[in-house]
Amino acid sequence: MQVSVSVSEENAEQEPPAQQVSAFLERRREQVAQRWADAALFRTVFTVSRDEAVEAGRSVAAALAAVAAAGRLDDIRAPGFEAVRDQLGRMAASRGRMGIDTDGLADEVAALREPVTDLLRAEFPDPNAPEAQECVLALTVLMGTLRLVVLETTVSAGEEVIARQREQLHEVATPVIKLWESTVAVPLIGTLDSARSQTVMESLLDAIVAERARYAILDITGVPTVDSLVAQHLMKTVAAARLMGAECIVSGIRPAIAQTIVQLGIDLGTVLTRASLADALAYALSRQGVEIAPLRTDSAGVR
Amino acid sequence: MRASRHAAPASLPIGSDADLAWVRQQVRQAAAELGFGLVQQTKLVTAASELARNTLVHGGGGHVEITPLDSGPAPGLRLAFVDAGPGIRDLDRAMTDGYTSGGGLGLGLSGAKRLVQEFEVDTRPGEGTTVTVTAWATVVPPARPGP
Ligand SMILES: Nc1ncnc2c1ncn2[C@@H]1O[C@H](COP(=O)(O)OP(=O)(O)O)[C@@H](O)[C@H]1O
Ligand SMILES: [Mg+2]
Repeated sequence: MQVSVSVSEENAEQEPPAQQVSAFLERRREQVAQRWADAALFRTVFTVSRDEAVEAGRSVAAALAAVAAAGRLDDIRAPGFEAVRDQLGRMAASRGRMGIDTDGLADEVAALREPVTDLLRAEFPDPNAPEAQECVLALTVLMGTLRLVVLETTVSAGEEVIARQREQLHEVATPVIKLWESTVAVPLIGTLDSARSQTVMESLLDAIVAERARYAILDITGVPTVDSLVAQHLMKTVAAARLMGAECIVSGIRPAIAQTIVQLGIDLGTVLTRASLADALAYALSRQGVEIAPLRTDSAGVR
Repeated sequence: MRASRHAAPASLPIGSDADLAWVRQQVRQAAAELGFGLVQQTKLVTAASELARNTLVHGGGGHVEITPLDSGPAPGLRLAFVDAGPGIRDLDRAMTDGYTSGGGLGLGLSGAKRLVQEFEVDTRPGEGTTVTVTAWATVVPPARPGP
């Protein structure tokens, strides 16, 4: 089907892509909603009835049409979003309760783009014509904005929740594990901000005393970013552990992080490091005269 | 002028530690979408973490503008960290490895510069600081036909 061509102020030959996208979303609202109802985001939130999912999809498509009509494709503050902001927030919260993190949620919203772009392409006799490409790009921008709007609802709606979760993280995510006589380890997961680092240091020092540990392993496999502040916290913790008579080993520095640390100019030369937690443990054990060797068995190579 | 008219720029606030985490996540995601490899992502996110923290700690808060650049030969990401804080009086000194006016390691500015391809500081005492960095995704060169 041919997209209608009319004269506008901005372009004498054809309607601007945003207007075309808006018209398309109005015209094909039902098809768009039907496709979205099968996408993970809608399907998993509206489990009771598919009609509900379709209905929700319709209102999102209508909102996007309004945003595009206003020519505000990349504006997360566009008034057109107001109609669905609450709904999107509830959907996001619902996914959150099911254990989907913001990355996962972002992916799910991103996955809404393909079905609707496919429909849009099909509107053009030649989907590769410049006009079609322009419209697809406009729609892509719009869908990117939708994603930001959804993610934003999780931030603003969840400020309180986040604060509470952070408190919990401080306490929960820093378990000090006794791995062996005189050997303790903390697997660090997530962001090491100042508050968290302080908790880590305190619980590690407590454990060193309680377990009379001589070796303390800080495993940073689960730390996504090591910047100069995180590095500084690590070095302080290592120094403090040393004062308590324990040798500290930092394990789990991934290759990408190692390269980044070096380029940043951080010198971890005084810190004992090992590639993995297992290597760190093996080191600590060997220093205590414990050797790990495979048992001798008669059946060779059986696992 | 390389900023693409198609890509959607985003502006994120920098006013708390939680904002820093959010900025890191968004930068990582934008870089991943543009095709940055894992090492490149890590470098850019780390630079962003340093600069955003400077905006928060030294600049008293501000925002970051994230602009995907996809009209050039390789996709890129531009990040502008903007604050209306005290500005940097002696930029040469601030850019020196190990110089800190607080209790930091003094590696944020100089280190971030090493982690990106383009680095620019616009600062005015009493008015504020804008640090703009750009990183380009490495494009694997097409295999050259044999002789
Ligand atoms: N946005 C900013 N506003 C004002 N001063 C800044 C800003 N960014 C950096 N500086 C100054 O430059 C110095 C060096 O910054 P940096 O290399 O990040 O080290 P650090 O943050 O560890 O002190 C800071 O100590 C501060 O005095
Ligand atoms: Mg700094």
